[in-house]
Amino acid sequence: MSDAIISLRGVTRAFAGGVFGLRDVTLEIARGELVAIVGPSGSGKSTMLNIIGTLDRASSGTVEIDGHDVARLKDSDLSALRARRIGFVFQHFHLSPGVSALDNVADGLLYTGVGRAERRRRAEAALDQVGLAHRLGHRPHQMSGGEKQRTAIARALARRPALLLADEPTGALDSSSGEGVVQLLLELHRSGTAVVVITHDRDLAARLDRQASMRDGELVDDRRRTA
Amino acid sequence: MNISLEPARLLPLDIVRLAAYGLRARPLRVVLSALGIAIGIAAMIAVVGISTSSRAQLNQLLGELGTNLLSAGPGTTMFGEAATMEPEAIAMVGRIAGVEAVTAIGLLPEAKVYRTNRIPPSQSGGIAVYAARLDLLDTVSARIAAGSWLTPATASFPAVVLGSRAASRLGIGSSLIGQPIWLGGRWFTVVGILEPVSLVPLLDLSALIGWPGGKAFLDFEGDITTLYVRTDPAAIESVRALLARTANPEQPNEVDVSRPSDAIAAEAAADVAFTGLLLGLGAVALLVGGIGVANTMVISVLERRAEIGLRRSQGATRGHIRLQFFGEALLLALLGGGSGIVIGAIVTAGYARLQGWPVDIPLWVAGGGMAATLLIGGLAGLYPAMRAARLAPTEALSAT
Repeated sequence: MSDAIISLRGVTRAFAGGVFGLRDVTLEIARGELVAIVGPSGSGKSTMLNIIGTLDRASSGTVEIDGHDVARLKDSDLSALRARRIGFVFQHFHLSPGVSALDNVADGLLYTGVGRAERRRRAEAALDQVGLAHRLGHRPHQMSGGEKQRTAIARALARRPALLLADEPTGALDSSSGEGVVQLLLELHRSGTAVVVITHDRDLAARLDRQASMRDGELVDDRRRTA
Repeated sequence: MNISLEPARLLPLDIVRLAAYGLRARPLRVVLSALGIAIGIAAMIAVVGISTSSRAQLNQLLGELGTNLLSAGPGTTMFGEAATMEPEAIAMVGRIAGVEAVTAIGLLPEAKVYRTNRIPPSQSGGIAVYAARLDLLDTVSARIAAGSWLTPATASFPAVVLGSRAASRLGIGSSLIGQPIWLGGRWFTVVGILEPVSLVPLLDLSALIGWPGGKAFLDFEGDITTLYVRTDPAAIESVRALLARTANPEQPNEVDVSRPSDAIAAEAAADVAFTGLLLGLGAVALLVGGIGVANTMVISVLERRAEIGLRRSQGATRGHIRLQFFGEALLLALLGGGSGIVIGAIVTAGYARLQGWPVDIPLWVAGGGMAATLLIGGLAGLYPAMRAARLAPTEALSAT
């Protein structure tokens, strides 16, 4: 098993009309690392997230996630990779309205082939882990933004992913809710999960171990925090 | 590959749950699009159900009346005159093997019937007068509606039993049993009124008098117009073959032999074409319902792109997404089809009860309705499901 959870070598993603999302990016992220990918909007960080999350494929270059060469996997293998190894957290939570926090989290396990009772049991544990044990029956509209994002994080970590991808996780939250979410991500990292946060917030990025900066689809800076 | 991954899996029960969840989220839309299917299925079930119930009623009637009655009626002579048979025919036909009962009526062509002797002779009302044997009633499965049938005593008196239409034409209700009517130039007393006779509708517009009474009071010579023969059901064809020759050995060609129950059976077959037409209309309604389901599903896929993206990010394969939307379309159609079958059955039962028919909805109709529903739902769901599955995850997720 290779040491890198993410390994990009000379990755380019070109869109129709000659627009480049990524241009010759080489980046390696080790297992259990905590990394921020920062850049202004349009810098290619969302394309980066999609490529790393195997939601999109590179036009050229090699993408290896958890030791798998993505280019050689078919749709069903990529789905398996996402189902078993990768957790996503989105800026706008993507919770199902009218469904309780418990079931929102449990449905995150739908494609692992686990029975419903076991899904709920794991969901309860995950909600407990993010400090929402008292909110199991609440629906999204009954929760604050911070609670919704913590529910979404619980949904991602219920699958015990090796890699958690967070896309502007604090972007829709006030600063105190945002702080709770950041603490949670730091905690996850401490428990051994590789966490990659995509953000345009330099203050947030500065609190993580490593910052990879992007501009115009290129990786322009990659530094480790010296603590 | 250094690690072999366990593939993403979706349990069959969860496919059903997903389909139900998708529908529960939009109840009004589900009800409206299921309604289209329901109307189509209900129309088809009701059309077939009502038609089979009506046929069941006719078959039940045939069962009660029996299909073993033969009539040997008057043909025409070679010269175009109405033919008659000799009185001895009754006894001769009775000797054919397999004959259980023989009875006869004889027309009195000159006798006319009036309410009173003051009615102008031209207003006879078209009521025919027959002399009837006493066993006519049982042999043709006729029933008395009011009063009584002729008895050996009343048969020798100027007494008359009226067919149902003849009675209403003369304006004689059941309360007027015992009233005199002007028949063949003298007064006869009404002793009874018949119910409509399904096997021999001819009797409905007749006035029936006793055989000896006809001879005594009107110039009846005893010639037979029509013989009615009940046979052993197994022997009906052999009796039928011998009947004309036996009834009139000299001119068998002047005898028309028929089986009165054939007319009722023909009626049962007659509405098949009409049923086919209505069934076609039901099928069109079903098709329109199916288009409604397809429309609903296409809109649903467009609206739920973010959900599709999220599911893909959680490990759903294209196949899983396809199954989810296909299952949703099937469930939607089944909901419509199921309620359509119930509505159709209720309509059929209500109509049949109103008509006094037995309720008969064949199982194949309900099964066929369900199969049609699944077919329509599957066809309607196919395209939206493919479309949902083809959606790229990144494109789906960017639609918030």
